[in-house]
Amino acid sequence: MADKVATRAAYGEFLVEEGKTNKDLVVLDADLSGSTKTSGFAKAYPDRFFDFGIAEQNMMGAAAGLALSGKTVCASTFAMFASGRAFEIIRNSIGYTGANVKVCATHAGITVGEDGASHQTFEDLALMRTIPGMTVVNPSDGSSAKLLLKQVVDMQGPAYVRLGRAAVPQFYDMTADIKLGKGNLLRPGKDVTVIATGILVSSAMEAASELAEEGIDVRVIDMHTIKPLDEEIIIKAASETGKIVTAEEHSIIGGLGGAVAEVVTRECPVKMAMVGQHDTFGESGKPDELREKYGMTAADIVNAVRGLY
Amino acid sequence: MKRKNSEYYESIARRIKVDVIKAIYNAGSGHPGGSLSVTDIITALYFGEMNIDPHRPQMKDRDRFVLSKGHAVPAQYAALGERGYYAVEDIMTLRKLGSDFQGHGNMHYVPGIEMSTGSLGQGFSASVGMALAGKMDKSPGRVYVVLGDGELQEGIVWEAAMSAAHYGLDNLTAFVDWNGLQIDGENDKVMTVRPIDEKFRAFGWNAMVIDGHDFDEIFKAIDEAKANEGKPTVIVCKTHKGKGVSFMEDQAGWHGKAPDEEQAKKAVAELGGEW
Repeated sequence: MADKVATRAAYGEFLVEEGKTNKDLVVLDADLSGSTKTSGFAKAYPDRFFDFGIAEQNMMGAAAGLALSGKTVCASTFAMFASGRAFEIIRNSIGYTGANVKVCATHAGITVGEDGASHQTFEDLALMRTIPGMTVVNPSDGSSAKLLLKQVVDMQGPAYVRLGRAAVPQFYDMTADIKLGKGNLLRPGKDVTVIATGILVSSAMEAASELAEEGIDVRVIDMHTIKPLDEEIIIKAASETGKIVTAEEHSIIGGLGGAVAEVVTRECPVKMAMVGQHDTFGESGKPDELREKYGMTAADIVNAVRGLY
Repeated sequence: MKRKNSEYYESIARRIKVDVIKAIYNAGSGHPGGSLSVTDIITALYFGEMNIDPHRPQMKDRDRFVLSKGHAVPAQYAALGERGYYAVEDIMTLRKLGSDFQGHGNMHYVPGIEMSTGSLGQGFSASVGMALAGKMDKSPGRVYVVLGDGELQEGIVWEAAMSAAHYGLDNLTAFVDWNGLQIDGENDKVMTVRPIDEKFRAFGWNAMVIDGHDFDEIFKAIDEAKANEGKPTVIVCKTHKGKGVSFMEDQAGWHGKAPDEEQAKKAVAELGGEW
């Protein structure tokens, strides 16, 4: 499992596989099918793929119309343009109608890399989780992406799936027990809990190993589903470990950190720290350089945990 | 659907307009101007054209109607009531807390509403998706969408127009309710939208301009749209805001204002209705 896979690549493979049997599946893109990896589906099932050109708002509106006519729709573009530019269409035409549209947005977060700040999305989880009835998913690797995508496509109603550009370590295999809406306990621990999402999950495991050497017993949870949020696992972690660190490739405002804090402050207040983008825009660079500069690495999680002592 | 003479549709349209005035008066807020300007178009579609069944709102292969200018929904509510989807009296709860008859239509509350609209331009995109699905399924059902003229200022409208032509959606017919007025005044002063038909033509549409209060012209245009192959059709309808109520006609001030009791009674009387 050492090989690296981008979650967008897993998405592309999932679509081709799912399209074999799911004849209602329709895939839309906005001139980025080579990047979002919907191109494989487009090639395999050209009559069920529609390119909407560089017009994300209309793509989302048309996605709603297709879904309200009985189709299961996956609509893809970069996370910035899906969650940002087309926000209001997703809110009103997909969220408010409960349309069966899965917004599968790629190139999220800082690891989009060299394209720089205009394309680095840190707001999407915050935006999407404020829409009533919207399921929000952020897989950590290729296998969990496929496992979650299957569940997302099989459920009725709107969903947002956050996918990345960069190849990331394969963390799970396809036998993993990944359930939509359930946080995944990856490592037991009694001193502090790291709740991570997306590509920060493997970093959280690295951090936990390092901290174990210092005698800090870290619990690690993969919170792949941001909404509906698994409150039970959060409350249990807060009450049993007394300290929580959240880690995400997203703004610390309104994303996983915010979502967890909302539960913790209400149900079981404990000390928290948040690892993520700190209210600033990014810049061009290599994904790993950017993660380091903007504080979203295993070392940053280690420091955040130490800061709670 | 076998067509009747114009007088038949005119009398239904007057009843719908009376219902619109009463509902908006009861609500104490709403959009009478644009509801009245679009009533004749809506009447023609619901009573003279569309293949729908009030007893089976989800009937397969039905024609679909999307009111992209969602603020005119009182006219659609009244038309659906007159068409037998529910009792027309039901709409008198318009805009009241707990009512199914929301200020802008909700597809989950009211049978016959195909798409929740209200945010301008989005119904048009949804209609493109519906027409695309119809093509995929080889459905005989057609999609009708009504846009306001001010709505054409939304960028998404032109994204949708481009995509409908690109995919050759000849099962899609759009109406533009061209009453020339929007909240802040005349389109021409706020943000020029004309030439509307030429713009659509340039986007690859079949386009025509008609009198949107003349049933013969409306039906002729619909028939032309249906006969047309390979392109979506837009029927630009010259209309009057507040049509049928003398003191509301062509007044931008009646875009989003409810009549008081005296005004409502006068309007209903002018439309030949009973208070």
